[in-house]
Amino acid sequence: MKYLPEIIIALITIIAAPIIGGLLTGLDRKLTARMQNRIGPPLLQPFYDFFKLLGKEKITLNQTQMVYVLCYLLFAIMALIMLVFKQDLLMLVFILTFSNLSLVVGATSVRSPFSKIGAQREIIQMVAYEPVILMMTVGIYLTTKSFMIESIFQHDQPMIANLPLVFLAFVFVLTIKLKKSPFDFSTSHHGHQELVKGITTEFSGLQLALIEMTDWYDLVLLLGMISLFFAKPLWVGILIALASYFLEIVIDNISARVTWRWMLKIVWLFGIGAALTNIIWLYARR
Amino acid sequence: MGNIFQNIISKSRKKSPWIVHFDCNSCNGCDIETLACLTPLYDVERFGIVNVGNPKHADVLVVTGSVNNRNVRALKNIYNQIPEPKAVVAVGACACSGGVFKECYNVLGGIDQVLPVDVYVPGCCPRPEAIIDGIVMAVGKMDEKAAKMKESRNLEAVND
Repeated sequence: MKYLPEIIIALITIIAAPIIGGLLTGLDRKLTARMQNRIGPPLLQPFYDFFKLLGKEKITLNQTQMVYVLCYLLFAIMALIMLVFKQDLLMLVFILTFSNLSLVVGATSVRSPFSKIGAQREIIQMVAYEPVILMMTVGIYLTTKSFMIESIFQHDQPMIANLPLVFLAFVFVLTIKLKKSPFDFSTSHHGHQELVKGITTEFSGLQLALIEMTDWYDLVLLLGMISLFFAKPLWVGILIALASYFLEIVIDNISARVTWRWMLKIVWLFGIGAALTNIIWLYARR
Repeated sequence: MGNIFQNIISKSRKKSPWIVHFDCNSCNGCDIETLACLTPLYDVERFGIVNVGNPKHADVLVVTGSVNNRNVRALKNIYNQIPEPKAVVAVGACACSGGVFKECYNVLGGIDQVLPVDVYVPGCCPRPEAIIDGIVMAVGKMDEKAAKMKESRNLEAVND
């Protein structure tokens, strides 16, 4: 049993991440309600929704739909475990993309136009945020000379000292990935509606429950990636990640949904612009 | 172990009814009252009630207005797309019985003419409190319906 400690850590991650993610989502719904002057649902509401969906009738539209949902879930778990074990950041980004792509393929595997348009919009969103994430890895490589997350912790300065603009660009990515306004046009959360329900329109019952759980894993993963910028010590990073999550909730409540053209303009101009400026600065400094 | 799991699911069912609201032939009076439930004053999200636009995610179908020959197909379509266990709430006098339009040549009558209605919320139009009460009553019937769903599935397995 050479790998016993690693296996135990992986199991703890798999069990703890959705609990943390679900609680954060519950907190999000509560805070959103308070910002709108409502009482809001109980903190455990996401878990109630999850277990209710497990008890619903199982409707599958084709034989492969469930495979894509499982891919979406399993690749997200894999990416999170890679983060916990401080593995290759570049590989993590590719796996995360693959996870998202599975959902896109799953949504296009059915005949509903709402689901298909939702999937196309998800692809547009990926086109917008993937370059920013890739530039983040490039920026980290330029500062630490390695793609390994381990090297971030060994570096003597926190990443934010070298990558402040990349961090700003990453906030755009966070808004898109968490499906928050103004960038929630592939699908939206809470009671909001878009294209019926966009990319998740044709998933119901168990499948929708698994998609919700994947969103919790994704939330923990993204907050973990934010804390990488401030790691050293790690708790500062975690506090800043929670603060940026709160910022996302505020942005969600004060902004209206934009069209995809606007999103491409905003994210490519400010997101990629900021990240690129940062990387050019890193090159020029050497 | 299986029993604990069933208990959790049964408890969750009561705490998270997602509704899909269909305006069948309403004068919009009842619709406005239904949507008023979402406002900060009544805030149905306290009970976990979310107004979803997608019947495939919904648990409770809230119908306002009477059925006529034109919309009966759409109504049945929405009902059939909701996964079991599901409940139907008829909101307002027209949805309960046809109301003042009952004798019209084009009106079939209340929702119960085409769908199995679980809760009738009378009034023209009912107050938001009454609508919330109706949805909560419908949620109380969910366990019964889930048991029925299981039974019919077992029957299907026997028949196969």
